[in-house]
Amino acid sequence: MKDSLKNLTDVSLLWLLAIIAVMAVIPPITNSITMREDIFLILQYIALAASLNIILGFTGYVSFGHIVYYGIGGYVAFALMYFYGIHLIPAMIAGGIVCAIIAYLLGEAVLRLRGAYFAIATIGINEAVKALVNNLEFLGGSAGLFFNFKIYQNYGGAGNAIWLAYYLMAILAIVVITSNYLIKKSKFGLGLMSIREDEDAAIVLGIDTKKYKSLAYMLSAFFPGMVGAIFFFKNGNIEPVNAFHLLKSIEMIFMVVLGGFGTVTGPFVGSLLYERIRGLLLVNPLFKDLHMAVAGIILLLLILFVPSGVIGYLRDKVAILRRYVE
Amino acid sequence: MELLRLENVTKRFGGLVAVNKVSFTVEKGEAIGIVGPNGSGKTTLYNLINGVYFPDEGRIYFEGQDITELPTHARAPLGMARTFQIPRPFGGATTRENVAVGAMFGHAKASVDEALEIADEYLKLVGIYDKGDVEAARLTPLEKKLMEVARALAMKPKLLLLDEVMAGMNPSDIDQLIELLKRVKEEEDISIVSMVEHLMHAITKFAERVIVMHQGEKLLEGPTMEVLNHPKVVEIYLGKKVV
Ligand SMILES: Nc1ncnc2c1ncn2[C@@H]1O[C@H](COP(=O)(O)OP(=O)(O)O)[C@@H](O)[C@H]1O
Ligand SMILES: [Mg+2]
Repeated sequence: MKDSLKNLTDVSLLWLLAIIAVMAVIPPITNSITMREDIFLILQYIALAASLNIILGFTGYVSFGHIVYYGIGGYVAFALMYFYGIHLIPAMIAGGIVCAIIAYLLGEAVLRLRGAYFAIATIGINEAVKALVNNLEFLGGSAGLFFNFKIYQNYGGAGNAIWLAYYLMAILAIVVITSNYLIKKSKFGLGLMSIREDEDAAIVLGIDTKKYKSLAYMLSAFFPGMVGAIFFFKNGNIEPVNAFHLLKSIEMIFMVVLGGFGTVTGPFVGSLLYERIRGLLLVNPLFKDLHMAVAGIILLLLILFVPSGVIGYLRDKVAILRRYVE
Repeated sequence: MELLRLENVTKRFGGLVAVNKVSFTVEKGEAIGIVGPNGSGKTTLYNLINGVYFPDEGRIYFEGQDITELPTHARAPLGMARTFQIPRPFGGATTRENVAVGAMFGHAKASVDEALEIADEYLKLVGIYDKGDVEAARLTPLEKKLMEVARALAMKPKLLLLDEVMAGMNPSDIDQLIELLKRVKEEEDISIVSMVEHLMHAITKFAERVIVMHQGEKLLEGPTMEVLNHPKVVEIYLGKKVV
């Protein structure tokens, strides 16, 4: 506990949180809707990438179908709001908790697998859940669910509701980055690192790898569940193709690897860079439908030549950075 | 006082009996050598003691507690530590972090801050303190071995299992390591089991007692010089006189 409090005042965390906070207050100050939409997207990227970083970056388990938790959290929260008129905040927390529980149960099976087998199993989970939801009549099947606009009246109108979603996403991004930092600096985080580097040696050294992996997987599912809840609330509708889109999973992996997996700053930097790259490619008619292909090529080159990502590379080359960039 | 006891421990891999009805005890504070040619079951013996494998038959006791079925991860905190025949550093972490992991999860059960201090202490002891901030993957083979010794000692074990730790070292490094091990053994009252394939000479300087493994069985056990000069030992080492 004392360790955690001391860590919270570390510059390498504070500057990161400061940037996110400053970025997040620009839209309300300038009252710019386009800015809000852009930054909402970046904040969502940050929250998702940093969540994935817990299992992928810290623990070394490539959860390829990780978007499944975004979808499940989205559906759980959406359904609670849609059927029972529950407020976004408790609905969002419920979405996160359901995701953590499902991650615990699925983890019992899939966390025994290693390497590519684990990655493939997680894709299977996403596709299976998507197929299931597609067939659930009460969730609207493949057409999904649409909010009645009256729902937003509880929030003082659609405008306010969207701002609420925006602020919640900003808070969530900050919370996920902070938890990344605290995990990394903790005994738990060093245990996860050991699992990533050599799981068999980690067990012999006394690390309860099963428990640690399970906890890491639950945490990395909990936050995306809440992100999905916020996103689909703001979106006003949810459907299986959007909620369980494997492409979004690949985006998450891309951001983590680009920024530097297993670092705290990496997923943040990866999110910013990806948003830029995506933006540039999407407006360019030549690449309009190819932005994922380009991202794929970049990913391949990264894994071949800069496997530690932007932050990993910089920390390695510039010793002084190690003190200020986690 | 007895620290570790193996009773008729057997481990098979398919049709191969890697360890066959082996029994022995390790007393508190004792230094034991296990010798035997390649494939005689030495590494498997260690894997059984710290739970990488579970024996097909027989029982294992640590401080009187039956640990035969105890999960692997629960053994280090009881006071067991080992090094690996082929070093297994956590390559992406710093040398200091590697050793700190030992202090946190082993018998020392240190907090992060304490563990980093303990790590520095043992890095100094084995002489690679200046490599503390280096990624462990970048250490030389010798440094990796020393890091593993530091990581194991940082666990504050009661029993330290060394797997061919001196193989590939030059004689002066071996002498230094033996001196160091003897010292910590006295200071921290650790029992040390060291296994070697060759390097009988090193074992004579270190072990009070020797166990000879041959084709998965315990061939002989007794005072070091007596055992190593035994005709049977000479025979399994291709008729060469060993010491
Ligand atoms: N995981 C395993 N699977 C199959 N055979 C194994 C395994 N581990 C060891 N063995 C076999 O068990 C025998 C003993 O090996 P080992 O314990 O490594 O001997 P040593 O350490 O004395 O050289 C060898 O024949 C080896 O091939
Ligand atoms: Mg061996």
